[in-house]
Amino acid sequence: MVQLTLPRNSTIRTGKTWPKPEGATNLRTFRIYRWNPDDGENPRVDTYFVDLDRCGPMVLDALIMIKNEVDPTLTFRRSCREGICGSCAMNIDGANRLACIFGMDEVKGEVRIYPLPHMPVVKDLVPDLTHFYAQHASIKPWLETRTNTPLKEWRQSEGDREKLDGLYECVMCACCSTACPSYWWNGDRYLGPAALLHAYRWIIDSRDEATGERLDDLHDPFKLYRCHTIMNCTKTCPKGLNPAKAIAEIKKLMVERAL
Amino acid sequence: MADVNRGNRPLSPHLQIYRLPLTGKLSILHRITGVGMTLGAIMVVWRLIAGAISPEASAVADAWLTSWLGNLIWLGCLWALMYHACNGIRHLIWDVGHGFDLEVTEKANYAVLGGSVVLTLLTLLAVR
Repeated sequence: MVQLTLPRNSTIRTGKTWPKPEGATNLRTFRIYRWNPDDGENPRVDTYFVDLDRCGPMVLDALIMIKNEVDPTLTFRRSCREGICGSCAMNIDGANRLACIFGMDEVKGEVRIYPLPHMPVVKDLVPDLTHFYAQHASIKPWLETRTNTPLKEWRQSEGDREKLDGLYECVMCACCSTACPSYWWNGDRYLGPAALLHAYRWIIDSRDEATGERLDDLHDPFKLYRCHTIMNCTKTCPKGLNPAKAIAEIKKLMVERAL
Repeated sequence: MADVNRGNRPLSPHLQIYRLPLTGKLSILHRITGVGMTLGAIMVVWRLIAGAISPEASAVADAWLTSWLGNLIWLGCLWALMYHACNGIRHLIWDVGHGFDLEVTEKANYAVLGGSVVLTLLTLLAVR
């Protein structure tokens, strides 16, 4: 349900200001959300300073420098540093992005960093994505077939393969789903843009033979129809995909098969 | 769905920190105008019921409904109706699968806002 304010244990306090690096002249200020599961206190926002003359251009470069040189307890996920693993998704300057491919120069003034919105926090910038992944699994993100397995591969025309462009590139970083107000208020039952984009990717796969069952499963007031075309998903997707359009295509298929 | 023990994990901030794009703001405005027009509907019903009761009741209703406050609410409802209608057309276009590219949604944002203002002004001119 809609709850506009944060629960009591989640309100944010002002945290500490960490020392500036010595001798640095080209400083950038970072305000970063912190929460430690072990001290029983509320979340806080700490202030850090990064010497840009010694730091790479991306927000992830700054986070790694802070962790290496200022505060080793700062916790965040990262892996590939090139926008393909989706680990470092976080809210930077008011929108969800991948820290590794988002440049500091795209932010004016202080760089404010929070975990992905409206998620349970494990620690600092690490959200609990268990439910998000379970929703992805629930749409059966694999090929469902009934005919006998061919001797070689399942064949597909070039035209049918092209229908998957703009869908298969999704890295499941959760930027879109956690940018969606519908997902904030009804994320327990609404599947959210990421899972629905993947659902559409399998629905229109020419080799898949469970299209009807897939649509049956989504024919639900919450799973699919909590999407109100707010468009935050498409606006924020760091891979430039269009989950809102994919969801609209599913809705269209629902109408077409009912006619 | 997966049953995890979340303990006392805080909820990460959402509305407090998210910089809502214009399309998102207009989406909320669609909901607000839709609900807000109820006020105008209540005022219309009030006028009708008052007319059915007695000339005195009509006079009271008219006095309220043509006061500066009444006129302000009428104007608000008129614009809300026009905005809701314009954005409703946009939703119809979305429903048939068009207008999802970000450049198009940006332009449509201003088309819907501008359209609602123009239609409101035209209606005001027509009823004067």
